[in-house]
Amino acid sequence: MAVAVLKQKSYLIATLHQGITDAEFSQLRLDLLNRIGEVASTGVILDVSALDVLDSFATRTLRDVALATRLRGAETVIVGIQPEVAFAMVQLGLSLRFEEVTTTLDLEEGLAWLDAHVKRARSHGR
Amino acid sequence: MPRQRRTNQRPTGDLLIELAAHLRERRIALREEWVERIVQAELLKVMDKAEIVNEVTGIYDNTVNVLESGSIDSLQAYATNLSGRVIPRGVETSDVLGIVLLLRDILARALFTRYQNDAPLLRRVLDAYEPAANRVCNVVAATYVGERVRTIREQQEAIRELSTPVLQIRERMLLLPIVGVIDSQRARQLTEQLLRGIRNNRARVAVMDVTGVPSLDSKVANHLVQTVEACRLMGADVIVTGLSAEIAQTLVTIGVDLTKLNAVGDLQGGLEEAEQMLGFKVIQTPETTA
Repeated sequence: MAVAVLKQKSYLIATLHQGITDAEFSQLRLDLLNRIGEVASTGVILDVSALDVLDSFATRTLRDVALATRLRGAETVIVGIQPEVAFAMVQLGLSLRFEEVTTTLDLEEGLAWLDAHVKRARSHGR
Repeated sequence: MPRQRRTNQRPTGDLLIELAAHLRERRIALREEWVERIVQAELLKVMDKAEIVNEVTGIYDNTVNVLESGSIDSLQAYATNLSGRVIPRGVETSDVLGIVLLLRDILARALFTRYQNDAPLLRRVLDAYEPAANRVCNVVAATYVGERVRTIREQQEAIRELSTPVLQIRERMLLLPIVGVIDSQRARQLTEQLLRGIRNNRARVAVMDVTGVPSLDSKVANHLVQTVEACRLMGADVIVTGLSAEIAQTLVTIGVDLTKLNAVGDLQGGLEEAEQMLGFKVIQTPETTA
């Protein structure tokens, strides 16, 4: 089951479902990078609130998406990491992968962050 | 099994019924004797004699039932009920074990007195009685100990819940006033409550005040640093306030990445910084200074 990517304003929002497979993850990465170019998106939200686990592969892929989208002109925010998942990630040392990645509590916070960030970028005359 | 007329060939089931009937017949006298011996042995000192009589009557009657029917359900229910009543009064396990052992002796002697003239029958009587009596002692003592353990666990849980509150003191702002020793279990509970609190209150800043915490071992210190990191993944910053000199030293010694820890000296400073981060401004108006 492919992950649906929705567009809101100039942002792309992808909600990952529980039990997403590694293959679906990789496909999502590809889809997002393509669509950013198609719609000139300035922001991407990856909603992981339905995931009860973020393993090594998942964290690496999410990080790769965040870094790659930046190269294509869009900021990525990962939203909705659940309490148990957050602590497990830290214990396994996976949180280090998210040092340069923005994470927020939920979709609402993620959109607010993007609004503020995109405004900031514009004010710097980018 | 064919019924025999000679008394020492009676089937066990019938024998148990006869023993139970006899012990019921002598109930008042034996119970009185039991209570006397309890008082003499200075067991159940927290109770007066009338209370002792009340409480042990139930054990006596249920013991005879166990002997007759082999079922411990009723005795176990009674023992649970009794434990609930006497545990808060400070009755010790040794007391409870002591009194059931006395009962076992008294009933054994009563049966011995009745059947002592018929050695083979006496042997059969004891063969039937002993397992039942031992089961009674086992059930009563084990139930009592079980109830004590349960009570202690409930109390510990209650203390723990009271001792790690997560309070919302402003929109998007949490305060965790921590007092006392933090062991591994409490640290785990703290983490769980803080992370859930961030999600439920949509908090962006949490002030964790440890003024009331004298020391931390390195395992707990590490755990707390990890907790702060986990909060960051959920989009919340943590300000730690009130670190004692000893804890500060511990943190430096265990070599955690202190750049990730935002510490402010005292709670007031921490709250002010949190408010600033959230865009709150506290203004003192002329009227309030009067």
